[in-house]
Amino acid sequence: MSQDPAQAAPADDDVGDEPVPMMQQLCDNPFLLLFLGVAMPTVLYIVWGVMEIVGIPISK
Amino acid sequence: MAVNRNFRTCPSTGLVYHEPAEKLIRWNAVAGVVSLLVGGVLALLVTLTRWPAVKLLPPDWFYLALTAHGLDMLVFWIIFFEIAVLYFAASTLLKCRLATPKVAWAAFWLMIVGALMNNFAVFKGDSSVMFTSYVPMGAHPLFYLGLILFAVGALIAVFVFFGTLVVGKAEKTYNGSVPLVTFGAITAAIIATFTIAAGAIILIPTFLWSVGLVSHIDSLMYRTVWWGFGHSSQQINVAAHVSVWYAIAAIVFGAKPMSEKVSRMAFVLYILFLQLASAHHLLADPGLTSNWKIFNTSYAMYLAVLASMVHGLTVPGAIEVAQREKGFNKGFFEWLRKAPWGNPCFSGMFISLVGFGFLGGISGVMMGTEQLNLIIHNTIYVPGHFHATVVVGTTLAFMALTYFLIPTLFRRELMFPGMAKWQPYVYGLGMCAFSVFMMGAGTLGVPRRHWDMAFSGAILPHEFPGTAYLMMGIMAVSGIAAVVGGAMYLLITVGSVFFGRKIETPGFKRVPVREGMAPPPAPVAVAPAGHGAIGLGGFVAPGTFVLAMIFLVSFVLYYFVNWKYLSTVWPMN
Ligand code: HEM
Ligand SMILES: [Cu+2]
Repeated sequence: MSQDPAQAAPADDDVGDEPVPMMQQLCDNPFLLLFLGVAMPTVLYIVWGVMEIVGIPISK
Repeated sequence: MAVNRNFRTCPSTGLVYHEPAEKLIRWNAVAGVVSLLVGGVLALLVTLTRWPAVKLLPPDWFYLALTAHGLDMLVFWIIFFEIAVLYFAASTLLKCRLATPKVAWAAFWLMIVGALMNNFAVFKGDSSVMFTSYVPMGAHPLFYLGLILFAVGALIAVFVFFGTLVVGKAEKTYNGSVPLVTFGAITAAIIATFTIAAGAIILIPTFLWSVGLVSHIDSLMYRTVWWGFGHSSQQINVAAHVSVWYAIAAIVFGAKPMSEKVSRMAFVLYILFLQLASAHHLLADPGLTSNWKIFNTSYAMYLAVLASMVHGLTVPGAIEVAQREKGFNKGFFEWLRKAPWGNPCFSGMFISLVGFGFLGGISGVMMGTEQLNLIIHNTIYVPGHFHATVVVGTTLAFMALTYFLIPTLFRRELMFPGMAKWQPYVYGLGMCAFSVFMMGAGTLGVPRRHWDMAFSGAILPHEFPGTAYLMMGIMAVSGIAAVVGGAMYLLITVGSVFFGRKIETPGFKRVPVREGMAPPPAPVAVAPAGHGAIGLGGFVAPGTFVLAMIFLVSFVLYYFVNWKYLSTVWPMN
């Protein structure tokens, strides 16, 4: 396969001048999504749940 | 270290397979199918035992078989196959080499060792703790160790998936955003990361407890963290099978999602909210407040349910649009009537979609409501619900995908094509009936995980109405039908992969692919423009709209009926 310069990857700047919408930037960043997807249930489900369980008074 | 950059292009589909990725996808899929075989034999034994007229196994064997069935199916079959799907979605769909194949093999073997170890512990007979393995019930240490090794392997595989995304980006094998199916796979991988972490947090101390290094594990703490693993892993399945639906709609019909943006947002809702619904397993537990329960199950869960409804609508909608554009534009349902019902890839996917939505979805929302949960808690309604989701939904979708993978990935012709035509109906419809009758019996109070629903010899016996026995009988017969459908699948896949006629491509060779060759992304249409004259009364997909309305009406009616039923369980004036 010979490399056709016209086929080579375009420079990022000729894809378009419009700013990329915020939601699209979020969706294009798997690691940001990974962070959110792990943080949400960790805080709202596990940490909150565990705090409630730890707060149950122990009978004597 | 030399990097293997050899690819082959599938002549019939145009898909591009990276050599090491191809092998890994095959082996993970095969390991999944072997687990399905073991789990399927156990399914038959368990079903025949729950059939009151047969009661095949003695109690100790019943609990052993039930434990092994749950784990081989819901953990080993599903997760091996999911890893195959992840590698496919990252490597093949992005035309990208798989990151670190050696590490991926290490992950694979860890998973194999873990699965064998866990099965060994169960079949040894001293680990019949069932799928949930609630403490203080204790299993053999190898039971937990096996699960931990498997989970670590799966987590490494998930990292290989993320690594492959990075490689694709760096080597510019794609430009712009990843395809929707890959995005769905990313969703599954994200949920998997949380799932496996939660599993490790709880299973490692439990393992230490089983060998005597930790003196006590609090049972409520166990249940809470364990369900972060147990429930979230079902959400990996949902994200994965929804991606498979989109993939099959594209493969069979060339259908494009009605709106990429909406579908992606629905996946983002999954990422943010789906895992919180884990709390529905603790609705009947004292100790956790209603604030925690209701926040996690209502507010969060309904957003996730909304996302599922979006997918459940846009997939058939996309198919409808594609079919109408091909000329099947008459009336509301010509597109559906003239769909390729004889193609198991399509029929399996469509039964999966409808069954998952109507049976699994509606029952799931009902059970996830704190008050209503009490009606069916720990009854056989619960396995009725999840066989509709993980079997009709996930398993059947994966089966449907297999029919596509056999020629393109394994390069074999499908054996027994006539049987393959029927397989999704036998399996899918058998399983739908099985789930419905389980739910029916559960509504009458028949317990799950119970060897003898008659409680013979108990001090306080319980008389179930005859209908409950009848329903358990019909359940068993439908379950056997589904087992037959599962056996058909195994026969077809194992037969094709090992003995099927090889598909030879003259002049076939693998080509090293250079980096940075991806064309710029095609501009995505903002609105689904240019459907021309298709549809009815201004709708491009009126048939799907009608289906959605039927769904909503069933949903509301069923929900209402259950509140009514609740009021008779606890009469309140
Ligand atoms: C032909 C197919 C199948 C049949 C006939 C079948 C039948 C059954 C039956 C009768 C039970 C026992 C219910 C009880 O007594 O509580 C059960 C439990 C279960 N099944 Fe299946 N099943 C099938 C396939 C599957 C598949 C494909 C999966 C997962 C992907 C699955 C996951 C489970 C789980 C997790 C349990 C609960 C185990 C526990 O309570 O610990 N089953 N199944
Ligand atoms: Cu759940």
